[in-house]
Amino acid sequence: MLYREAGQFKASYAEDSQIFPIRQDKIGFWVLMLVFGLAVPLLANQYWLKAILIPVLIFSLAAIGLNILTGYAGQLSLGSAAFMAVGAFAAYNFILRIEGMPFLVALVLAGVTAALVGILFGLPSLRIKGFYLAVATLAAQFFIVWALVKFPWFSNNSSSGVVTAQDVTILGYTFATPEAKYILTFLIVAFMALLAKNMVRSSTGRAWMAVRDMDVAAQVIGFRLMRTKLLAFAVSSFYCGVAGALYAYTYIGTVEPEGFNLDLSFKILFMIIIGGVGSIMGSFLGAAFIVLLPIFLDNFIPMIFGDALGAGFVSNFQLIVFGGLIIFFLIVEPHGLARLWQIAKEKLRLWPFPH
Amino acid sequence: MQFFIEVLVGGLLSGVMYALVALGFVLIYKASGVFNFAQGAMVFFAALTFVGFQEVLPGWLGLEAGSGVVFWLAFLLAFIAMILLGTATERIVLRPLVNQPHITLFMATIGLTYVVEGLAQMTWGANVRGLDLGIVDEPIAWLMDNYEIGVSKFDLFAAGVAASLVALLALLFQYTKVGRALRAVADDHQAALSIGIPLQTIWRVVWAVAGFVALVAGMIWGARNGVQFALTFTALKALPVLILGGFTSVPGAIVGGLIIGASEKLAEVYVGPFVGGGIEGWFPYMLALAFLLFRPEGLFGEKHIDRV
Repeated sequence: MLYREAGQFKASYAEDSQIFPIRQDKIGFWVLMLVFGLAVPLLANQYWLKAILIPVLIFSLAAIGLNILTGYAGQLSLGSAAFMAVGAFAAYNFILRIEGMPFLVALVLAGVTAALVGILFGLPSLRIKGFYLAVATLAAQFFIVWALVKFPWFSNNSSSGVVTAQDVTILGYTFATPEAKYILTFLIVAFMALLAKNMVRSSTGRAWMAVRDMDVAAQVIGFRLMRTKLLAFAVSSFYCGVAGALYAYTYIGTVEPEGFNLDLSFKILFMIIIGGVGSIMGSFLGAAFIVLLPIFLDNFIPMIFGDALGAGFVSNFQLIVFGGLIIFFLIVEPHGLARLWQIAKEKLRLWPFPH
Repeated sequence: MQFFIEVLVGGLLSGVMYALVALGFVLIYKASGVFNFAQGAMVFFAALTFVGFQEVLPGWLGLEAGSGVVFWLAFLLAFIAMILLGTATERIVLRPLVNQPHITLFMATIGLTYVVEGLAQMTWGANVRGLDLGIVDEPIAWLMDNYEIGVSKFDLFAAGVAASLVALLALLFQYTKVGRALRAVADDHQAALSIGIPLQTIWRVVWAVAGFVALVAGMIWGARNGVQFALTFTALKALPVLILGGFTSVPGAIVGGLIIGASEKLAEVYVGPFVGGGIEGWFPYMLALAFLLFRPEGLFGEKHIDRV
């Protein structure tokens, strides 16, 4: 009844090509922005901000990055965590080695560094396809983590390879409290998500999708494969790199290369699969799901079974439930949470008089 | 020179062990088009089940621990467990996902990896266990005395097992009815289905055979390094072998394994010191990548022609 587009006319091209063509969506979007931008930092406690909201935002950004590459351009990658590592360590080194480097510039430079590395490891995609490419991206995963561990320059000769992120200071204001860090992360992620949304709606995104659907056909109708694929790798790695830098600076604080391991790459892949391949919105839903699930299981399993079971049993049981839920989700809704959201919207348009 | 040969032979023989794991991947990929990431977890599960039965059987049946009867009984029971696992996977995971994109199936097998790992440790516990196959890991005396080349007996044994396993699989594929059906399914699902080959039965068989291969691989790896969680990482060792040899080729898995094993050990010995060592984690991938630039479908993979 409330969610209906009747009476909303589009009289210009600009109106027709808005991100949210329906007024209710637009209102909903701004309400969401206000809730997460203002209400949440005011109301949420420290634990929620630090352990749930900030990581969800950061992983959403990484998931958007992978979604651009895998969901839109169709190049399966298992190395996203490595590009996050590049971003994190690049930001660390830029701030460390260049006097007076502004944080936001360092963030962009971190993204650019990751993008360059991404282009390098994207080169094989011109020849290799499908699972062969997926396995080839593992080369990036293992090589980058190895290089970050082996060459102490990257971690400023820290003996254990662990680096501690410097304070985040923008225009003299230091973002020290979780609230401030949350708002900073929120603004950056919201801005980049908007950018991504517009990118995939534009000719760039259409070129990616053409390559994804069939690259030979795309080439025949005049898309330059090399440019399109490498651009996808660059943009994707840029997003992952910025996500990695945020991971180090606003979430964890101290990072080591080994933290960006294959498991993290898989997690990001799970996020886009469960959230929805080829959907910006799905990246957020998937990230929220994958971040919340282990926390939920942590609290839920002892609640049901009590403390009678050993810690080993609980952790194994968690593994089983986590894996089982992923399989369950894939079977029930292979197109992800974003698809469920779409279906709900379709239903809502007809509600309460479906005939 | 002797050192070079020693490294080379050692590498080749350890490559055989990679090939053993890769073999399981190939079987499943060929028959069902599923890139089964859970193969590593299956190796772990199989080895742990085998060792677990070996521990509990003497108590249950009053047999003498370490006797041959216990060994073969445990082997049989572990094989049955793998068959059950394969059947359950086919029924619960694969059947509802028929006709989904490859990436969805791939993700499902990653989910399966977690389940199998959790299941194995929940049933048998997480401690590291030894596995004794009765072959000692020591150089062959005759080669050592005459040519001063150290080749481990155990490695040679593993190579022998791998060779007989491949021979067995080849016989199965070539000369049995099930084998012909398997090859038909691998060629074309729909055509196979249309002439009355029961697809689901074939998939169950393939998963059971892959489970058997995982059991053998798990026993050999387990005897080498102990039965522990690290066995699941054998999957990561097998992946470069796979892309080098081609996902769809059994000989490719063997040849790929040999190439990866030999070059990895040679690189570790001759290149490793210059860059600080520890390169075996990524070197096989880089090598496979370099190969792929010339042959994008692996050495023996099916050549893929794109048509619009």
